[in-house]
Amino acid sequence: MFKGYAADKFYDEMFSPDGKVRPHCEPLHEKFQQIENDDFLSRKATSELYFMRQGITFNVYHDNQGSERIFPFDPVPRVIPADEWELIEAGLTQRITALNLFLNDIYHDQEILKDGVIPRFYIEDAKSFRKEFRGVDVPKDIYIQICGSDLIRGGDGTYYVLEDNARCPSGASYLLENRNALKRAFPALFDSLGVRPVDSYPRDLVNMLNYISPRREGESVCVLLTPGCFNSAYFEHCYLARQMGIEIVEGRDLVVVDKFVYMRTTKGLVRVDVIYRRIDDDFIDPVVFRKDSVLGVPGLMNAYMAGNVALANAVGTGIADDKVIYYFVPKMIEYYLGEKPILPNVPTFLPSEEKDMEYVMKNLPELVVKAANESGGYGMLMGPTASKEEIETFRGLIKADPRNYIAQPVISLSTSPTWCDGAMEGRHIDLRPYIINGETVKIVPGGLTRVALKRGSLVVNSSQGGGSKDTWVLK
Amino acid sequence: MLSRVANTLYWMMRYVERADNLARLIDVNEQLLLDFESLDSQRLSGFWLPIILSTGDESAFSELYDEASSDNVISFLTEDTRNPNSIFSCISLARENARTIRDQLSDELWEEINALYLFAKSDEALKLLEDDPPQFYDIVRRSSMTVLGISASTTARDAVWDFKTLGRYIERADKTTRFLDISTYFPKGATGIDLSSPGVLHWSAILSSCGAMGAFRATGLEINARTVMEFLIYSPDFPRSVRYCISKINATLHRISGASHGTFSTEAERETGKMLASLSFGDPADVLEIGLHNFLDEIQATLNKIAEEVFATYVLLPESIDEIPESNAPSKVSSQARTKQPLQQQQKA
Repeated sequence: MFKGYAADKFYDEMFSPDGKVRPHCEPLHEKFQQIENDDFLSRKATSELYFMRQGITFNVYHDNQGSERIFPFDPVPRVIPADEWELIEAGLTQRITALNLFLNDIYHDQEILKDGVIPRFYIEDAKSFRKEFRGVDVPKDIYIQICGSDLIRGGDGTYYVLEDNARCPSGASYLLENRNALKRAFPALFDSLGVRPVDSYPRDLVNMLNYISPRREGESVCVLLTPGCFNSAYFEHCYLARQMGIEIVEGRDLVVVDKFVYMRTTKGLVRVDVIYRRIDDDFIDPVVFRKDSVLGVPGLMNAYMAGNVALANAVGTGIADDKVIYYFVPKMIEYYLGEKPILPNVPTFLPSEEKDMEYVMKNLPELVVKAANESGGYGMLMGPTASKEEIETFRGLIKADPRNYIAQPVISLSTSPTWCDGAMEGRHIDLRPYIINGETVKIVPGGLTRVALKRGSLVVNSSQGGGSKDTWVLK
Repeated sequence: MLSRVANTLYWMMRYVERADNLARLIDVNEQLLLDFESLDSQRLSGFWLPIILSTGDESAFSELYDEASSDNVISFLTEDTRNPNSIFSCISLARENARTIRDQLSDELWEEINALYLFAKSDEALKLLEDDPPQFYDIVRRSSMTVLGISASTTARDAVWDFKTLGRYIERADKTTRFLDISTYFPKGATGIDLSSPGVLHWSAILSSCGAMGAFRATGLEINARTVMEFLIYSPDFPRSVRYCISKINATLHRISGASHGTFSTEAERETGKMLASLSFGDPADVLEIGLHNFLDEIQATLNKIAEEVFATYVLLPESIDEIPESNAPSKVSSQARTKQPLQQQQKA
C-alpha cells in the first residue's frame, strides 16, 4: 500500500525522515499493509456510500440537475499519540481561558487597553467589536462557549495555532460522522489500537448549554437556531440538534414578547432559555443589526440584554476572531494568566506597525497575507505562488488599510498518507479540535483533520478542493 | 412540537403516500392493458385519459402534451418533474421535507427516504422504466411501504407520529376516491373495454390499485360497480377504505387536541366527525342518489377543508402576539398570517 511513498521534505505524520514508520503509527501501518488493493477500494466505496445515504452532501450550485456531492473522505486516519494530545489539550484550554477573560475585559473595564498591552485603536476600530454591548453581563461570564481553533504543524513537527474560530465554528458533525463511516467501512482497523472515542461531543455540548441557562428553576429549553435548510451547513445543524435531543428552529419559529423568547409550537408558545445559534451576529436580530435579514428574530437582542435568554456563542466574539487580535493572544495569556503560551502562534507581522510594514513590503512574495475578517481561505494572498499582479494588488490594499491585514511566513503544513488515484501520497493537513467551554473546558479527543487533496496544495478548505480524514487520538 | 415541523412531517408523509398510490395505479393499469393488445390509439386514449382526469391535473397535462397516449400519460405521472404530482416530484418533495426536519426522523427512516430519492435520480431508475416498468413501480411501492414500516416501528407515539398519521390518511382517503372516480370517465358503450365482461376488469383494476383484491375476495361478493364502490368507501376495517381513513383522521385529531370523543374543539375535528358519521351511518344508496362522481368530489373537498383547518389551527400563528396563552389549546388566528408557511401541493377536488 505504501510502496514508493516519499515523505518529501515536510513533517510527515506517519513516516520519519529516514523512511521508518513512526512508532505510534506502526500498528495502523501494519493493518493497512494487510489490505488488498481491491478490498481497499470496495471499502472506500462503502464509506462514500455511507455519506451519500446519510445525506451528508452539499449542493453543487448552478447545476439545475440539483446534483449533490459528498465532501471527499480519505480513509487513512491521522493518528495523534497520547503525549501530543496532552500538550494540545493543555494549550487550547489555556488559550480559550485567556480569550474569554479578554472578551469579558474589553466588554467591561478594558484593563488590558488601559495597561497598554493592546493599543486601544486595534479594538475600537475593529468592525467586529460591538460597542453597544459594553457593560452587558453574559451568563456565567462565558463569551466563547464553542471554539474551533485551527492547528498546523511546521517542518519540525511543532504545533502552531493558525486561527481561533470564535464565532460559529462548523464541522463538528464531520468529526463524528467520519468516525462512523470509518468504523463501518474498516471495522478491523480499530481492533486493539486504543483509539479514544469521540461520541461524547453532543453530550458535552448540551450540558454546556444547560449550564449557561438563565432559568433558575425547572428544566431549561435549549434550541439550535439555523439560517434554514438552504444553508450549506444545514446537515450539521440537524445532526447536532438530533444528537443533543433539542429542537432546531429557524428565525420564523421564534417570537419575542416582553423581552422573553418563545417558539411557536402546535401547543402554543413555549419559552426558550438558551439558543445555540448558527447565525452570525449580523443576521441575528434585524432590529439591531442588518435590517434586511430575514433569518433572525426581531427583538432578540432586547431579551438577550435583559438576561432572559443565553446565546452560545455570545454576541461580539468576532473580535477574538479578528486576525489582527490573534497577534495579541500570546500577550493575553501572559497578561491574564501569568503563564507562557503552551501552543505558539504562527509568527505574524502587523502592517499597521511601522517596522512590520517595512518588512512586509520588502518580503511580500515570500509571505502569506490575510484579511483580518475573512475566513474560508478568502481574501488571502499566497506570496510564493501568486502572480506579480496579485502581489501588487495586495501591496496597494495593505497600504490603503494596514489595520485590515496581517502577514505570515509560509508554514508548509505536515503531510499524511492519503489515497490519491491508486497510490498513497503525502498530502498537507491541518487539525481543528472543538473546544467546549462551560462549567469546565472539554475538548473531545480528536478533531476534524482537513486535507488538501491537490498535490503540493496548502489550502485545506472544503470550498477549495479540500477533503477530510478521521482523527485518532490514542490512549 | 414546532408548528413548522408539524407541517413538514405531515407533508413528507403525504408525498410518500402519493408516490406509492401513483405507482400502484400506473402499474395496475399497464398490466390491465396487456389484455387489450388490439386497442388503437384513440381507444388507448380513452383508457388513459380517465386517469389524468381523476387526478385533477388535466390542465397541467394538456399544457405539456398533445395526446393522452400511454407513453405520454405514463411519463407525465412518473418521471416528468414538470408535473409537481409525478412520482419523481413526490419523491423529491418527500425527501426535501424530510431533509429540513432530519432531526425528527430516525436514522433508518431518513436513510430509506433518501435511498428512494437517490434511486429515482439514478440512471438505473430510468433504465428500468425503459426495460422493465413493473420492476420500477415495484421498487417505488416497496420503498414507500418500507418508509411506513420503519416509521411505525421507530417513531414514539407522540405529536410527531400524530402529524405523520394525519398526512398519511388524508392522502390515502383522497387517493382512494380518485381511483374510484376513474370509473366516471370510462368511455361509454362498446369501446372495446366491455369486450370480456362488462366493466369487471376495470373494477378489478381499481381494487388491485388499492391492494384490496384479497380483502375483497374474502367478502365472497362478486366484483361489480356497486360492490367495489361499497367496499372501498364504506368498509369499516379495510385500511384503504375512505371510512377507515376518516376514522383514523378523527381519532388522531382528538389525540392531538385532547378533546374527548364525540366532541370537537377545532373546525377540523367538526368536519371529520360529520363525515365519519355520514359514512358510518349512511347508506350506499346515498351515493347512487347524487351520483358517484359528485359524492367523491364532496369527499375530496371535505378532505381539503380538513387539511386547511389543521393548517390554520396548528401551523399558522399570529404575526404579533400580545398575550402569552397560558392554556394548551392553540388559538385559531385570522388569515393575515397565512404567508408564513406555504401550503404545499394539495390537489384539486
